[in-house]
Amino acid sequence: MEDGAQPTLPALERMIRTLQHRGPDGFGYHIDGNIGLAHARLSIIDLAGGAQPIHNEDKTVWVSFNGEVFNYIELRRDLQKLGHRFYTKTDTEVIVHAYEQYGENFPSYLNGQFAIALWDSQTSKLLLVRDRVGILPLFYRQQPDRVIFASEVKAMLPLFDEAPRLNPVALDQIMTFWGPVDDTCIFEGVRHVVPGEMVTIEAGRLTRKVYWSWEYPATGQYSDLSEARLAEQLYELLNDAIRIRLRSDVPVGAYLSGGLDSSVITALLHRQGADLRTFSIGFEDKGFDESDYQDLMIEQIGTRHSRLRCLNESIAAAFQKAIWHTESPILRTAPVPMMLLSGQVRENSYKVVLTGEGADEVLGGYDIFKEAKIRAFWARNPGSKFRQMLLKRLYPYLDISSNTAQSYLAAFFGVGLEDPEIPYFSHMPRWQTTAHSKLFLSDDFKAQLRTDAIEQFCNTFPEGFSSWHPFNRGQYIEAKSLMSGYLLCSQGDRMLAANSVEGRFPFLDHRVIEMAGKLRPKLKMKALNEKYLLKKSMQHVLPPEIIARYKQPYRAPDIPAFIGGRNGYVEELMSEEVIRKAGYFDARRVARLVKKAKSGRAIGAKDNMAFVGILSTQIWHQHFVSGFRQNFGSPE
Amino acid sequence: MVEAKIRDYILENFLFTDDQSALDSDESFLDKGIIDSTGILEVIFFLEEEFGISIADNEMVRESLDSVNNITSFLKLKGVSTPETVTNSQ
Repeated sequence: MEDGAQPTLPALERMIRTLQHRGPDGFGYHIDGNIGLAHARLSIIDLAGGAQPIHNEDKTVWVSFNGEVFNYIELRRDLQKLGHRFYTKTDTEVIVHAYEQYGENFPSYLNGQFAIALWDSQTSKLLLVRDRVGILPLFYRQQPDRVIFASEVKAMLPLFDEAPRLNPVALDQIMTFWGPVDDTCIFEGVRHVVPGEMVTIEAGRLTRKVYWSWEYPATGQYSDLSEARLAEQLYELLNDAIRIRLRSDVPVGAYLSGGLDSSVITALLHRQGADLRTFSIGFEDKGFDESDYQDLMIEQIGTRHSRLRCLNESIAAAFQKAIWHTESPILRTAPVPMMLLSGQVRENSYKVVLTGEGADEVLGGYDIFKEAKIRAFWARNPGSKFRQMLLKRLYPYLDISSNTAQSYLAAFFGVGLEDPEIPYFSHMPRWQTTAHSKLFLSDDFKAQLRTDAIEQFCNTFPEGFSSWHPFNRGQYIEAKSLMSGYLLCSQGDRMLAANSVEGRFPFLDHRVIEMAGKLRPKLKMKALNEKYLLKKSMQHVLPPEIIARYKQPYRAPDIPAFIGGRNGYVEELMSEEVIRKAGYFDARRVARLVKKAKSGRAIGAKDNMAFVGILSTQIWHQHFVSGFRQNFGSPE
Repeated sequence: MVEAKIRDYILENFLFTDDQSALDSDESFLDKGIIDSTGILEVIFFLEEEFGISIADNEMVRESLDSVNNITSFLKLKGVSTPETVTNSQ
C-alpha cells in the first residue's frame, strides 16, 4: 500500500472474518508500515506452534500461507544444513527460509498446494504465488493507492468502495469453458494469480512470471523406457505422492467414489498401513449412483466408511450456500454434493481428505480424449459409417442404442472434422454445447462482449503447442480450462473449504504430472482403453471389476433438483422481474426455459447447463451485488 | 399449419423465443447448434405425441428430422397434413 492507504488492524479484521470457514482455528496478523497480512488458520501441522504469519530469523521476511508443502521435512533438513534456524515445526516456515536461500526461484523447490503471500521488508517487495496447477485460490486487485489480495474475493469486498460488477469476459469464459482460462475473475477489476505463477509487487509496480507450466514433448520424443518399467515408475511415484500427503498431525481420510482413481488411492493407503477412513456420496437417482462399486472396495479393503445419501431436495436447499462459496456462476450442480460431503467429513472430526482429482487430466481418462481420438480417426475418412459407429463405445451408460441417437451423436461429434489440426479440435463439441447458455444473455449484456473467448484462450497456448501430439494438446486444454477453472476451485477447494476441510491430490503431485507428460500418448489411452498405464501399474492392487468397469463421470441431478420441491428462491430469482432487474439475461427467454423445465421436457445437457448457469448467476448477484451492503458492511 | 406448429415448437423449446425471424425453415438444427443429440429425442417425442405417429428407427435420420422443412416433408410422407387429420386418424 502507498502512503495514505496504510493497512489497519480493523480493516484486516473485517477482511479475515469473511474467511473463517477456511481457517476456524484462529486468526493472526502482521502489520508493518505499508504491508498488512492476515491469516485464518486451519491447524493441521504443528498444532501448538504454527500460528501465522510466520517470519524468518531476523523478522525481515514474513509469510501468510494457505495450503501444504508436503516435502517440508526434506526441505527443512536441507535448509538447516545451510544454516537456517527454525522456530516452529511447520511446513509454513520452510517457505521463508527457502525464499532466503533460493530467492524468487523458491516455489520450484516446493512439492505441494499453496497460495502464498510473502513480504520481504528489506526490498519492500510482496510476492503472491500460487501452486502449479491451481489447487488453492489467490486473488488480487489493484486500487489507485493500494493492492489488496486474498484467498477468496469476499475477503476483499469490505474494502470495495461500491458494489462489485459482473465481468462480462469472465461470464463468457464460464459459458464456454466452464471456468476462467486466464487471470480473469467474475468480479470486475479483480484478477487471480494463475496456476504456476508468481506476481511481484514492488514500488507500486506489478509484474507476472510463470514458474511452472504443463509441458509435453514434441510428437515422437517420448520416454523410451519399456511399458513395464514405466508402470513400475508410475506406481512408485504415486505411492510416494500418497506417502508425503499423509504428513499431518491430524488424521487423514479419503474420498472413495467407486471409480478407478479413488480406488487407487484407497488401495495404496491400505498397503501403506494407513488407518483407513473413507467417505462417499450415494444418489437416490440410480443414474448417478456408484454405491455398488464403493461397496466392492469397502468389502475388499475393510475401510471404515460413511456414505452421504444425496437427495434432489438437499441439492436445491444447499445451492445458495454453495454459490456463496464458489463466488462464481456454475453450469452444473455437481459441486453441491461435494460440499455436503465435506460437511460429513467435518462432522466425523476429520479435516483432511485425499481425493483422486487430476488423474483423468494427467493420465488420460476423460471421454473428451476418447471422443477426440475417434473424431480424428473418423476425420481421415469422413464418409465412413463404420468409423462413426465407434462413438457408441463412448457412452455405454447412456441410452444411445437407437439409430437416432447414433446418427445425431455422429453429427454432433462431427464438428470440426474438416480440420482435425485445429488446436482445440478435442474440445469443439463440448464448447459448442456449453456456449448454448449464451443464447439467454440479454442484448445489452451481449453488446459488452467484444472479444472471442476461444480466440483469446488460443492466444495463451505456449510455444511449441502445435508440435505436441493432439492427445497432449487436449490434455493441456483440459488442465488449463475445466480442471483449474472449475474442478479444482468451484467443485474442489471451495466445496472443501466451505466446511473447513482440506483436500490433498496425489495425482497432481508435479512429479507424477511431469512423468506422465513424457509418456507416449498410446500408453495413456491404448486403443480406447483410458488410463491404460495407470490400470497396468495398479492391476495387482485393485479388484479386476474396478479395473474393467466403464468410466462413469461424476454427475448430479441438475434441473430435477430444482423443480417440484418447495424452493421459493428459485421461483423468485428466475422470475421475469428479477431477471430483468439484474440485467444479465433475456427475461422472456428465461421464462420459456423455466416453463420447459417445469413441464419435464428440459432433458438435454444444454437446457440443464443454461438453467443452472442462469440460476447461479442470479444467486451470485444476490450475494455479492444487490446484497453487497448487507453482507459486507459500509465501505471504508 | 403443420409447418407453423413445428416452427413454433422449435422456437419455443430450443430458441426460447417467439421471434419468427430467429429460424429459417430450411436451417439445419445440428449445423446451427440448435439441437443436440438429446434434443432430437425431444423432437421425436413431440412429433409422436402431437401428430399421433410412430417413428421407426430407420426414419430417425437427419434427412427426416434436421430442419422444419425436413420434418414437414417427412410428416407429409407419413400421411400427416394438418393436426385435424391426426385427430381423425386416431
